[in-house]
Amino acid sequence: MKPRVLLENKQLEITLTRLCYQLIEVHNDFSNTVIIGLQPRGIYLAHRIQKLLEGILKKKIDCGDLDTTFYRDDFRKKELKPNKTNIDFIIEDKYVVLVDDVLFTGRTIRAGLDAMLAFGRPSDVELLVLVDRRFSRHVPIQAKYIGLVIDSIETQNVKVDWKELDGKDRVTLIDK
Amino acid sequence: MSNLSVNHLLGIKYITKTDIELILDTATNFKEVINRPIKKVPSLRDLTVANLFFENSTRTRLSFELAQKRLSADVVNFSASSSSVKKGETLIDTVNNILAMKVDMVVMRHSSAGAAEFLSKKVKAKIVNAGDGAHEHPTQALLDAFSMQEKLGNLKGRKIAIIGDILHSRVALSNIFCLQKLGAEVKVCGPKTLIPKYIESLGVTVETDLRKALEWCDVANMLRIQLERQDIKFFPSIREYTMLYGLDKTLLDSLSKKIVIMHPGPINRGVEITSDVADSDQSIILDQVENGVAVRMAVMFLLAGRQ
Repeated sequence: MKPRVLLENKQLEITLTRLCYQLIEVHNDFSNTVIIGLQPRGIYLAHRIQKLLEGILKKKIDCGDLDTTFYRDDFRKKELKPNKTNIDFIIEDKYVVLVDDVLFTGRTIRAGLDAMLAFGRPSDVELLVLVDRRFSRHVPIQAKYIGLVIDSIETQNVKVDWKELDGKDRVTLIDK
Repeated sequence: MSNLSVNHLLGIKYITKTDIELILDTATNFKEVINRPIKKVPSLRDLTVANLFFENSTRTRLSFELAQKRLSADVVNFSASSSSVKKGETLIDTVNNILAMKVDMVVMRHSSAGAAEFLSKKVKAKIVNAGDGAHEHPTQALLDAFSMQEKLGNLKGRKIAIIGDILHSRVALSNIFCLQKLGAEVKVCGPKTLIPKYIESLGVTVETDLRKALEWCDVANMLRIQLERQDIKFFPSIREYTMLYGLDKTLLDSLSKKIVIMHPGPINRGVEITSDVADSDQSIILDQVENGVAVRMAVMFLLAGRQ
């Protein structure tokens, strides 16, 4: 089957802007909130959200990259290559918004929750994802802010492309 | 995605350039981990590692043990001096008994060259060579390369001099293999009696004049005189060795450029290197020790990741 485009350019921008305003509804001026993107592909969404929020709120917002490789429960089942962790702030008593591009089994997020604790104990953690592939979870994890909910089966793949990485903003559904 | 091409780390000779680069890249990530307030990750929490040291060691053993603990592995330690080896047990019997207690990985130092390779053929666990006789000491070479890269960037075309007791040194051999695979040029320097006869067949150059070697290189790796391995006299006296091959501040400052000084430890201060050189800002000896933990974490993490 041909890859199906789920979101693209302008639509994607509208979705991202909506997510930002949803965040502002809860976190006001972000004075005690930080954003953490999950490696490898969640960091692009996190930095995009950070830029949009900085534009709307006219202030600097903390945003870090977190790698979960060393915390995964499946690293011996598939070959994984670690990426950079870059968090130059402490998350102790902060509100943390974890950001990833696609929520599928929930295992990456579980590892992310573990990995995050090396940087302090946050007072509250929320999850933001661009695409939620519902009914496919292996662990009880749900996102609070969701760009798009889709029904998909295991043999399909959701790919999120970013302008800065792939030359185009696009979300596609591909048959493996 | 990538992984190592080998199941055991027996020596640098047996691994590829891609393997070395993968280990050094992964070590960068672990260096970030060990500089966090919480220095521990749970990657190897289901693994038990045995450290078998048939030969004395402080740095390597502590470094391996710290690396294992920071990866959350369970660790058992063994040293030959306080074990049944004294009662006449063979190497394979000792190791098989330890493996019967369900150990997944063995880190071994032994005074016989090839001990790690021999073991890897006889037992099921993953083997990491922590030094076998005068043969190889792969993790030392990897941490040396990591420390050089940190200081100089890419090692391609860089000039490295290994100075001192090349004949008895496993560090020298592993370093030569590792640096050449990364594209660096290697020169060995020392008294003729302490340089193996066929060393040039490995593609390294030989220099017997210390000053010339120092003027040539970007990095000088100073090795210890291994008196415990010398069964005959290789040079007239320690004092004469120091006069000819010892590095002091006057000599270092008289060079036309600033070179990087390394030493795998333990240092014999005042013999191969004086205190003011070892503690100078050109020396990265303590960085080597810090990087050792990160590199060993990377090696064990990547080996454990193999099926």
